[in-house]
Amino acid sequence: MNSDSEYSDEDHGDSHRSLHSHMSCGNFDSDSEDTCTEILLPESPTRNPDDDFIYKVLSVDQIVQHQRNIIDEVNNVLNLSPQVTRIILNHFKWDKERLFENYFESSPKDFFQRAHVVNPFEQKSDLDSESIVSTSSASQKFCGICFCPCEELKGLGCGHSFCAACWKQYLANKTCSEGLANTIKCPATNCDILVDYVSFLKLADDPEVVERYQQLITNTFVECNILMRWCPAPNCTHAIKAICAEPRAVHCKCGHQFCFACGENWHEPASCSSLKKWLKKCLEDSETSNWIAQNTKQCPKCNVTIEKDGGCNHMVCKNPSCRYDFCWVCLGSWEPHGSSWYSCNRFDEEEAKQARLAQQKYRSSMARYLHYYNRYMNHMQSMKMENKLYANVQAKMDDMQEEMSWIEVQFLRDAVDVLCHCRTTLMYSYVFAFYLMNNNQKIIFEDNQRDMEMATEKISECLEREITVKNLYEVKQKVLDLSHYCQKRRHVLLCHVREGYEKDWWDFIEDPAT
Amino acid sequence: MSSLPRRIIKETQRLMQEPVPGINAIPDENNARYFHVIVTGPNDSPFEGGVFKLELFLPEDYPMSAPKVRFITKIYHPNIDRLGRICLDVLKDKWSPALQIRTILLSIQALLSAPNPDDPLANDVAELWKVNEAEAIRNAREWTQKYAVED
Repeated sequence: MNSDSEYSDEDHGDSHRSLHSHMSCGNFDSDSEDTCTEILLPESPTRNPDDDFIYKVLSVDQIVQHQRNIIDEVNNVLNLSPQVTRIILNHFKWDKERLFENYFESSPKDFFQRAHVVNPFEQKSDLDSESIVSTSSASQKFCGICFCPCEELKGLGCGHSFCAACWKQYLANKTCSEGLANTIKCPATNCDILVDYVSFLKLADDPEVVERYQQLITNTFVECNILMRWCPAPNCTHAIKAICAEPRAVHCKCGHQFCFACGENWHEPASCSSLKKWLKKCLEDSETSNWIAQNTKQCPKCNVTIEKDGGCNHMVCKNPSCRYDFCWVCLGSWEPHGSSWYSCNRFDEEEAKQARLAQQKYRSSMARYLHYYNRYMNHMQSMKMENKLYANVQAKMDDMQEEMSWIEVQFLRDAVDVLCHCRTTLMYSYVFAFYLMNNNQKIIFEDNQRDMEMATEKISECLEREITVKNLYEVKQKVLDLSHYCQKRRHVLLCHVREGYEKDWWDFIEDPAT
Repeated sequence: MSSLPRRIIKETQRLMQEPVPGINAIPDENNARYFHVIVTGPNDSPFEGGVFKLELFLPEDYPMSAPKVRFITKIYHPNIDRLGRICLDVLKDKWSPALQIRTILLSIQALLSAPNPDDPLANDVAELWKVNEAEAIRNAREWTQKYAVED
């Protein structure tokens, strides 16, 4: 049973299987973590949320096909040409519902104008029906870019046309140097009609440029789409497509497990925003992060980190799915600044005062931070050591097979797996606790955390020191007991946190420095 | 360097044959992509009477990318910094290959007539332009007299 066959039947679309079932059918041993917890605690109030989270791992080709499917679905209703539909879908970030809503609520003229495409209902009928590339071939014309006399000039239907060589160079430049794809406009001054897919392929006329264009399109598609995310593992080209944009653990075909909502390693029980703040905080001491803190800000809309590289305070976010216009000084929308840029100055002074105050508070809360940080780092360091443990355990398992069968010694490897799961959970439990305000539920959480930590340390010690080939059956029983107990403690802690998220028990501290 | 594109030859010819009033652009003897530009300060602006030297360079991929333009004469203007760099949309994201040297220089001339302190490059100048326009204009006149008027 290999993972490929498991995924391939998902591709038929009829048997969506969750991560959970992948894991349990891939494991021989009965005490595989997830199945075990369900048997132990069938009455548990919150189901493991991984159970009903359906997602697919898509290759680049499948993503391209997926785009075509969406275009077809929209065209079943709108009956436009696929390339026009593609531009409109891009405009609405591939949200079909919003597209339909807008289409039926606004006049066709406004609708197409806002999407920067020529209104297909106003186009002359004698144009090539396959594409909206129009050609004007009257006697002899001069191209407005190279000033050369040309027999044939080509355009997008907006009335501006240029020679083939200039188009080719223009599109290559936009795609390869500027990294644009969906937002390439007609080269004419002040014309905002976008170059459509079919026209691009015809006009670019260069396989290398077309390949880059295709990459950029796919990339923008995945990044704009909240139900998709690239696998963050290096050199992995797969993307995950889910049915809802929630923080859940997803497993890519490359083996990497990560959080669907934020792309970081799977971090339960901490929330994505806590983890992001935490990781940023942990980096704050390093030189690089000092530089980042001094020279960058986050886009107020999409949170991408931005470096200011020119004098203007008018910033335009380069993130293709954002493109927000904002003011560098106050981080507000740029729009009102046309008339009141100077008010930013006063705001800045106030902000500086607040920043100084915050810094004082930050110092006084350093002790609290270090408490959580030390424990977090400790589990992380121990995790790294467990890799050595895997090697040791493998050697012991080889020895044991003189007395037991292969299947009977697998308990040892599984125990190390459990230990690693527990270490990860404990690590992130300190991130969770750091941002948690004190209340009764937090006390319960901390009790659970303490129990789990004690259980984890016990199994860690046992695996490191007490595994001997003497009294093998006794040792096995002890390891099994400890590992069951650890899983149970972990399950209790996670269920309690999940229940708390559901029932709003948790109050979070926005910024623990204040 | 490869031979000069027809576009640049044509543009240069036209600049010489039909010069724009108040603008003078002459290609360098040794480099046909480098232009010595002179823009006279527009009437009814604090730059009136001044003669401003600029340099303009057409990069290798011109007209796909915008020309690089810089003031050489010192100028007191909210959109032009100490080094003479210019904050102008058509030189950056609004550049289109259908624009020309002539249209760009006209835009720069228009920028002298209508400074835009809301989109500033030289922050201190823009600030004064906002709080005390009269004083800013006085400064601009002084700078024009000091740096841009030849005796």
